[in-house]
Amino acid sequence: MLDSKIPAGKLEEKWNDYKGHCKLVNPANKRKIEVIVIGTGLAGASAAATLGEQGYRVKAFCFQDSPRRAHSIAAQGGINAAKNYQNDGDSVFRLFYDTVKGGDYRSRESNVHRLAEVSANIIDQCVAQGVPFAREYGGLLNNRSFGGTQVKRTFYAAGQTGQQLLIGAYQALERQVALGNVQQYTRHEMLDIVMIDGKARGIIARNLTTGQLERYFGHAVILATGGYGNVFYLSTNAMGSNVTAAWKAHKKGAHFANPCFTQIHPTCIPVSGDHQSKLTLMSESLRNDGRIWVPKKQNDTRKANDIPEDERDYYLERRYPAFGNLVPRDVASRAAKERCDAGYGVGTTKQAVYLDFKYNLINKYGRAEASKQGIENPDTETLIRLGKEVVKEEYGNLFDMYEKITGENPYEVPMRIYPAVHYTMGGVWVDYELMTSVKGLYCLGEANFSDHGANRLGASALMQGLADGYFVIPYTIGNYLADEISVKPIPTTDKAFVEAEAAVNARITQLMNIKGTQSVESFHKRLGKIMWEKCGMARNEQGLKEAITEIQELKKEFWKNVRIPGGIHEMNPELDKANRVADFIELGELMCVKMHWSAKRAVAGISARKARQRKVKH
Amino acid sequence: MEHYNMNLTLKVWKQKDGNSKGGFETYKVNNISSEMSFLEMFDVLNEQLIHEGKEPIAFDHDCREGICGMCSMYINGRPHGPWQGTTTCQLHMRAFKDGDTIVVEPWRANAFPVVKDLIVDRTSFDRIIQAGGYVSVNTGVTIDANSHMIGKDIADKAFAAATCIGCGACVAACKNSSALLFLSAKTSHLALLPQGQPERNNRALAMVAQMDKEGFGSCTNTGACEAVCPKEIEITNIARLNRDFAGAGLAADIKE
Repeated sequence: MLDSKIPAGKLEEKWNDYKGHCKLVNPANKRKIEVIVIGTGLAGASAAATLGEQGYRVKAFCFQDSPRRAHSIAAQGGINAAKNYQNDGDSVFRLFYDTVKGGDYRSRESNVHRLAEVSANIIDQCVAQGVPFAREYGGLLNNRSFGGTQVKRTFYAAGQTGQQLLIGAYQALERQVALGNVQQYTRHEMLDIVMIDGKARGIIARNLTTGQLERYFGHAVILATGGYGNVFYLSTNAMGSNVTAAWKAHKKGAHFANPCFTQIHPTCIPVSGDHQSKLTLMSESLRNDGRIWVPKKQNDTRKANDIPEDERDYYLERRYPAFGNLVPRDVASRAAKERCDAGYGVGTTKQAVYLDFKYNLINKYGRAEASKQGIENPDTETLIRLGKEVVKEEYGNLFDMYEKITGENPYEVPMRIYPAVHYTMGGVWVDYELMTSVKGLYCLGEANFSDHGANRLGASALMQGLADGYFVIPYTIGNYLADEISVKPIPTTDKAFVEAEAAVNARITQLMNIKGTQSVESFHKRLGKIMWEKCGMARNEQGLKEAITEIQELKKEFWKNVRIPGGIHEMNPELDKANRVADFIELGELMCVKMHWSAKRAVAGISARKARQRKVKH
Repeated sequence: MEHYNMNLTLKVWKQKDGNSKGGFETYKVNNISSEMSFLEMFDVLNEQLIHEGKEPIAFDHDCREGICGMCSMYINGRPHGPWQGTTTCQLHMRAFKDGDTIVVEPWRANAFPVVKDLIVDRTSFDRIIQAGGYVSVNTGVTIDANSHMIGKDIADKAFAAATCIGCGACVAACKNSSALLFLSAKTSHLALLPQGQPERNNRALAMVAQMDKEGFGSCTNTGACEAVCPKEIEITNIARLNRDFAGAGLAADIKE
């Protein structure tokens, strides 16, 4: 039986109570303890930096050439915190409640409450590091709103909040590297966990520059390796984002929870052709000012600007007047798909809806600016000119990015958007202390399953990553390590390390010896197609059954016919990719099996959800 | 937007590793859509090479949305290619026409040794940050975020400097291989903010010293860095750093 170790007592007292009673490791003993952190995104970098500050000997690994490149960097819109700076009714409870409700009541409430409690500390911490959040003219921090909420609690730095937060965490990490508290290993990929006497005690990593396998010891191992959205091939994830570390942990006994809870983000640039290598998100913050619509007429071939106002269907505003365009992501995505499937889609592929800024550009920003400048009865052209300047400041980089990718100017014509795979709420099961079901193995950030239930609200991924890394793991890991202080570092000549390395080596050799005819990329694309069509936004029992068989076939073919050029003991990006795709195939199968099981239980699920709704009283 | 297809000739730098001698190889790619990104065109080429039993071209890339700073191709004599304020991954094939020959090289600088083909080692940037590119605060700050009042214009300037993605295009474009645009963006971000004041002088001195140690050249104010920067970081940051550096030097003398 899994024990989630949730402290007893009232929800709002659990974390304080835990902090008051958990075991501590004294400063002298911390110096003797080594901790391995895999991944240097928001969760990993913040954890490695903080543990280094506390005095642990930390080893931080990332597959990129610098920790600053981890994919947290691409987060655009913002980070939530219950600061109530806008005096609009926000509180820790309301952030907690919104997050749990947004997640369809499937998050672990104790973890989410803790997240809401530390959210305000995150903003204080980041500002102290010099993160340049957007400010009001008076010098105070500015906020915007996000989907699924009715308050303005999102802190942001134009359209690149992720990069600014990650630079903050990265700089804190580099400071610890300079002080000698953290050893940094870039271009290294973790390929297995080393287990000794039932505890995680180290890793086998491949140096991606030389191809050598290397062994590292740690009293504990932390995975902060992000999500597995690339199982769908096309997603908003970075090309290198992968499930490998989490999957290796799973194979060593760490449970996976809710693997099929995938977030399909409603506002992404639509697919343009078979060459497409990734999809690009257009931040949810755009829904503050963009209005989503499709033509009222089916198969309307007119250009967007030629369709008069009364022939446009602002379907989100029509269906959900209380939230309008700022409904939660899952609702917006399903609605877009429904409209397109019903024949109202736009653009050449008809798999897109419009996201239109003109109304707010003119009426909200244009008028406000005109009023500020004392222009009476401004004409539309003046309003557009004035409004454009404000919109540029708020979302300039996103508009530029859209134009570079599509060749269309979103100030003039509405953006075309369509849902795309963005985030995985599911992941490695963890307890309240963020420990997996393997002793001494922890999992933080997107890689774990605990905080977002069946759907993550916008601007809460950054919050969770930093909460886990800065404010949760530094407390909870001590509770475990306090009992490990007498364990001397285990030499990596130990049998367990030798065997783990041999197993990794055998798999790599096997992959290289296949010498088939099809590229790794082609297998990944085929897997993605199966997953998107049969385990994507719409799923049914028949499709899932087919998907399971097709993936099993694909797996057999992969291990018989994949072609990996180059050698083992050198830099070989194709081999790196093959290692990852082999794991994605196995994960894909698990997702379909799990989903198939859930589909069968869908009816039972509805009544269970109603019960959960009743449990969380507003 | 009208789409079109094109056939191209590519001359790409191939180099087995840091110790081997490199050289240009010529490749043909056909039916490239104008809607593809530059890296998707490279994906097509690599798939073609694998299919032919040859080794694909190694290049750095990750987010493919212009923010991680990993992609780094020197295209037709210009870092990140012909488009203003654009990373390689955001450059699209609309920038080229049928029959074009495109020359692709890695960043070239002593402080960025080639690892393989188009991949270079930029860990020198990490070491410059380690020398002082941070505010020395530990986790657990209890000062409320709004107790730092920062005027919007200052916050915006600091943000503009902080948009640097650390790709190294500035170094690649500079005839002296100077890293001063990168470094000054980093110091300016913190020097403009109240949080960065206590360490402002030391930061400038320590980071410049590390830059010199890494083998980057000196700045002669040519401005090539600013012209190619995908995030359009302004050269005025270099002026700010120079001022800080000179001031810090004077302050250090008085102290002694």
